[in-house]
Amino acid sequence: MDLRDTPEEAAFRAELRTWLDTNLPEKRRGGRGGAERFGEAFGREWSRLLYEGGYAGLTWPKEYGGAGAPYSFQAIFYEEMARAQAPAHVGVIGLGMAGPTIMAHGTEEQKQAHLAKILSAEEIWCQGFSEPDAGSDLAAARTRAERRGDVYVVNGQKVWSSFAHIADFCIIVTQSDPDAPRYQNLTYLIVDMHAPGVEVRPLRQITGEAEFNEIFFNDVEVPVSNRLGDEGQGWQVAMTTLLHERGTLGFALTAALEASVDKLIGVARERVNGDQGTRERIATEWIELQALRYTNYRALGTLQRTGIPGPEGSAIKLRWSEQNQRLTKLGRELLGPEGILDDGWWHHQQLRSRGNTIEAGTSEVLRNIVAERVLGLPKSR
Amino acid sequence: MDFAFTDEQVELKRQARAWLSERYPLERDWDGVQDYRWAELAELGWLGVSVAEEDGGVGLGFVEEVILLEELGYALYPGPYLATVGFALAALGPADRAAVAAGRVKWSAEVNGLTPWLGSVDKVVDMDGSAQDARGEELPTVDPSRPVGRLERTNGTPLPGGRDIPRARTAMAAEAVGIAQRVLELGIEHATTRKQFGKPIGVYQAVSHQLANTYADVELARSLVYWAAWCVAENDEQAPVAAAAAKAFAAEAAVAACERSIQVHGGTGFTWEHPLHRFYKRALWLEGLGSRPSELRGEVADAVLGVTVQV
Repeated sequence: MDLRDTPEEAAFRAELRTWLDTNLPEKRRGGRGGAERFGEAFGREWSRLLYEGGYAGLTWPKEYGGAGAPYSFQAIFYEEMARAQAPAHVGVIGLGMAGPTIMAHGTEEQKQAHLAKILSAEEIWCQGFSEPDAGSDLAAARTRAERRGDVYVVNGQKVWSSFAHIADFCIIVTQSDPDAPRYQNLTYLIVDMHAPGVEVRPLRQITGEAEFNEIFFNDVEVPVSNRLGDEGQGWQVAMTTLLHERGTLGFALTAALEASVDKLIGVARERVNGDQGTRERIATEWIELQALRYTNYRALGTLQRTGIPGPEGSAIKLRWSEQNQRLTKLGRELLGPEGILDDGWWHHQQLRSRGNTIEAGTSEVLRNIVAERVLGLPKSR
Repeated sequence: MDFAFTDEQVELKRQARAWLSERYPLERDWDGVQDYRWAELAELGWLGVSVAEEDGGVGLGFVEEVILLEELGYALYPGPYLATVGFALAALGPADRAAVAAGRVKWSAEVNGLTPWLGSVDKVVDMDGSAQDARGEELPTVDPSRPVGRLERTNGTPLPGGRDIPRARTAMAAEAVGIAQRVLELGIEHATTRKQFGKPIGVYQAVSHQLANTYADVELARSLVYWAAWCVAENDEQAPVAAAAAKAFAAEAAVAACERSIQVHGGTGFTWEHPLHRFYKRALWLEGLGSRPSELRGEVADAVLGVTVQV
């Protein structure tokens, strides 16, 4: 057990810090997230810079354009990006979900076609899992994929798809055999978002912005060679995607939270809200942040030893989302009467945080996952 | 960075779990006299984990002691290991440390005017960091297995090490994590075997989500405790704030874990016969001894906000 960087890690951290100082303009720092993440031109340009600097796909194999670095480098990357208040790579879905799924289940052809382009942001990806009638219950997906010769003809609707309006490709789960038993009736496809019959409509959120979208598929022809895994194995392939959604992501979440806690402390220092109760609430948030941070490190330790994220990581997203809701509310409260104003930061963060306990697994589903898969309690369904 | 136990540390944890579960099973005579098995602890090397090898110790560090403390909490071990190793050891010079490692002298320390195990230890580190003979009136506490006393002070003998509060707090937090882990496991077992409406009650999310909440609490508490343990062991400048955070979080997590587990057990969890209340009382004892969670958060606030914020 040693929380200090190894000499290799320290060198990587120093080099990355210098690189960020050199390459990231001051005006691009400290963004508030939300829809501004999708400023397409800068997003692609910044992502390409990260790729050329060797910082995209740090843990991916070198043969697919990655750096083949240990997981700890990925953790350092998130920490330093947060410290520099740098915007994330625009390809988060490709990097965190589509890419790892292609690596696990894709053909060599698919790997060669997409992986390096995901890293360089030549291809932006989105994810089409949820549907109007299939949210947490992914296996109830009804978007239909009918095999006709060399293509699947796709019809249906996906929803809550971030990046869809600027994406080049989408990973979707489709219903390919309505007569097959549940969990054996789904097929996982890669869809070209520029193909005829794909229509994207932005969805406006409670923040007023549109970060996510509906996607409509009308007789979209998807080549059979775009299938990931076997026909009917879509559920199993999708589980890989969701596992990776919760891999080293914890570091990215905690890094973002750290920026908010720092801002909260800044507000508290300025605003003389020094009563003991408020001070204690701020301390509570600081402590919770450290607890998440060191839980990430423990999960990383397991990942480095076994290649699989430790079970303790399953608590991170759950607690992170609840903490972000609490502390953004506290931020507004500390502003006093001015907390009612749209200040461009806390106003947005507080509203946006209500999505945190819904997106990427609702807190209810995450508690089920902890209960059933980690604690071994009997299945609720 | 490598925030995982070494193979040797994992092995130590496994051995401690096995040794303690055999000698301190859940089915024991809880209300009878508890054997501390002190000589056996000395023989195992647990009393001298961080005592130098030339003083008859093992020459390891505080992280290993924290591993043992977590397991001692898990087993609800009755003896004054926490007081001797967690509270007093850091204040002692080489000869006293050697006597501790050999199991000859048990120690405690005055904590906010109260001395845990006063009636069963030999020596006490007082509030000034001096050694006193353990004499004084003993009082019952919320945890009947852990009485405290009011020390009758005489002219103490100065000790070289001073009081190490972060170390003591982290030691208590480690016990709390062990307790929380144990009552979580008891809750899981009950929710898996107890059937109502024809199903194990763990299928009902009103039950299972309580246990999932405890799991998240336990894992986060454990992370803080190991962080604090590392800071204390390495004399890191963050040791005071890490230990304050760890004790506040872990003690509250343990109390909440016990309360949820009692609820999940239903009426059984409320009986004297079931051991849950023993864990609950120890968790309350740990939460209350020394600084309480709200005071500790006050210290954390001082550290992160500065003490000059206007009131």
